Amino acid sequence: MLKWLEKNLPKIVMAPAVGLIGWFVYGFVLWTLYISFTNSKILPKYELWGFGQYEKLWASRKWLISVDNLLVFTALFLIFCIVIGIILAIFLDQKIRAEGVLRTIYLYPMALSFIVTGTAWKWILNPTLGIQKMFIDWGFENFTFDWLVNREMAIYTIVIAGVWQSAGFVMALFLAGLRSVEDEIIKAAKIDGAGLFTVYWRILLPMMRPVFFTSFVILVHISIKSYDLIVALTQGGPGISTTMPALYMTQTAFHKSQVGLSAASAMMMFMAVAAVIIPYLYSELRRENAR
Amino acid sequence: MQDSLKSSSYQQLEQKSKYTNMFLRWFLYFILILFASYFIFPLYVMVVTSLKTMEEIRQGTLLSWPSGLNLDSWAVAWGGRGYGAGDTFLRPYFWNSIKMVVPAVFFSTFIGAMAGYVLTKWRFKGDKWVFLFLLFGCFIPYQAILLPMARTLGALGISNSVVGLVLVHTVYGIPFTTLFFRNFYVSIPTELVKAARIDGAGFFKIFFKILLPISAPIIVVTIIWQFTQIWNDFLFGSTFSFGEAAPIQVALNNMVLSSTSVKEYNVDMASAIIAGIPTLIVYVLAGKYFIRGLTSGAVKG
Repeated sequence: MLKWLEKNLPKIVMAPAVGLIGWFVYGFVLWTLYISFTNSKILPKYELWGFGQYEKLWASRKWLISVDNLLVFTALFLIFCIVIGIILAIFLDQKIRAEGVLRTIYLYPMALSFIVTGTAWKWILNPTLGIQKMFIDWGFENFTFDWLVNREMAIYTIVIAGVWQSAGFVMALFLAGLRSVEDEIIKAAKIDGAGLFTVYWRILLPMMRPVFFTSFVILVHISIKSYDLIVALTQGGPGISTTMPALYMTQTAFHKSQVGLSAASAMMMFMAVAAVIIPYLYSELRRENAR
Repeated sequence: MQDSLKSSSYQQLEQKSKYTNMFLRWFLYFILILFASYFIFPLYVMVVTSLKTMEEIRQGTLLSWPSGLNLDSWAVAWGGRGYGAGDTFLRPYFWNSIKMVVPAVFFSTFIGAMAGYVLTKWRFKGDKWVFLFLLFGCFIPYQAILLPMARTLGALGISNSVVGLVLVHTVYGIPFTTLFFRNFYVSIPTELVKAARIDGAGFFKIFFKILLPISAPIIVVTIIWQFTQIWNDFLFGSTFSFGEAAPIQVALNNMVLSSTSVKEYNVDMASAIIAGIPTLIVYVLAGKYFIRGLTSGAVKG
């Protein structure tokens, strides 16, 4: 008995982690999947109902707007975060004075919650007392900046705040990537007469392909999960113009008590994330095995 | 003659490239400082707004300097106005968050350390799959587990309580903590452990005597990561708790959204700073470890 215990001690120690994740992650996802195929309203029902909830979901105007918003947000969020992140990383890589201070400033938003920063941006962007008033007081009398309360433009305020929060993170990833390149490569290129621009454009950035890939995966992942920022900044408004899948899911589940429908929307989100993450994990694992 | 001409034109060229270099340098700093002001702008606005009176806010602009060190709105945000109903303030929720963060960070870190230790130093058949099995938990959208979690917390009788949130955060922290410790222990030579095993040291002795003493950096990284994640969480907090058991982010959001007659932006900003200050302090004091967590949470290996 004691012998058995000793032999299997590592597995016993491992058991809580595996058990908890098995139950609370895999078990729960399967439960949600099952419920998405039932006609559950306030309480879960367990008779299967087929794809009815998914049909209802994709016929819902609110869901379609959510998906549309998510696509717009993801595209802009990705582009701005990566472009700003790369510019900052390359510029910081030029033996800059006070690099540490600048880096700290670029990255501090990552330490704050989306609720805190959303609250701040909501105040800055509000038309009566925020940026708009600042410019009017400075003498630009016809200046208007009402994106926050404008149906067409409100989604872009979420992009502004989201990029502000996450661009520094991309900067940190790229800076770490650039610093890990051996000096010899850069020196050799310079001896061959390559200018600084060529060195970055032709040699260093192409070497950063894994960093691009990682940033892409992480940013898409953040954007599919966006919830807090929208709650703090617009609550999905004006109207439903800035609603997104994560917000749709919680509202359908906990305010409208449409458990089956919300499970279907959750599974759509799950599949979207899986489509990005599984290739990523696969390639990471392959890279690790190659070493 | 020819020679001197050549050298002077060379000097000219060098002079010119010196000017372009200087220009580029200034441009570089200009752009960097421009972005720095974009990043610092909201924090600046938050701080100055929290120090103004509502009168000052209406008259001045976002950027204008407060007339004095007026801490009234901080006092209101933290301790309320002292009348009964409808007076929401952050103090009790701040303590809720502390009571939630400390045990959740401790348990998830401990479980992750053990899992990382087994996965690297006591390898068994299929351990790679077990790691992948855990790792996938880092990425799932939590919407896919909210409904069954709400029911489970209800069944356990811990819905709308700090204990319930501790459980939730511990469980969903395990994939991250395991990842951190596993990647750290993988780089420590296994010979060390093998030698100790030959000397007769057991499972726990090896962990506590050999690995734990050199684990300080990764423990710091993990604690900071978990602390930041859990303190800043809103989704779990707002779904599984309300009223008195809510953590600080939920309380902040409720405070800002509560539509009283007059919107007090100064109190809102003071509240936001109070809710953000613990993680901000950790970031400023231990930025290096914070960044390590961020980047190794993303780029593994």
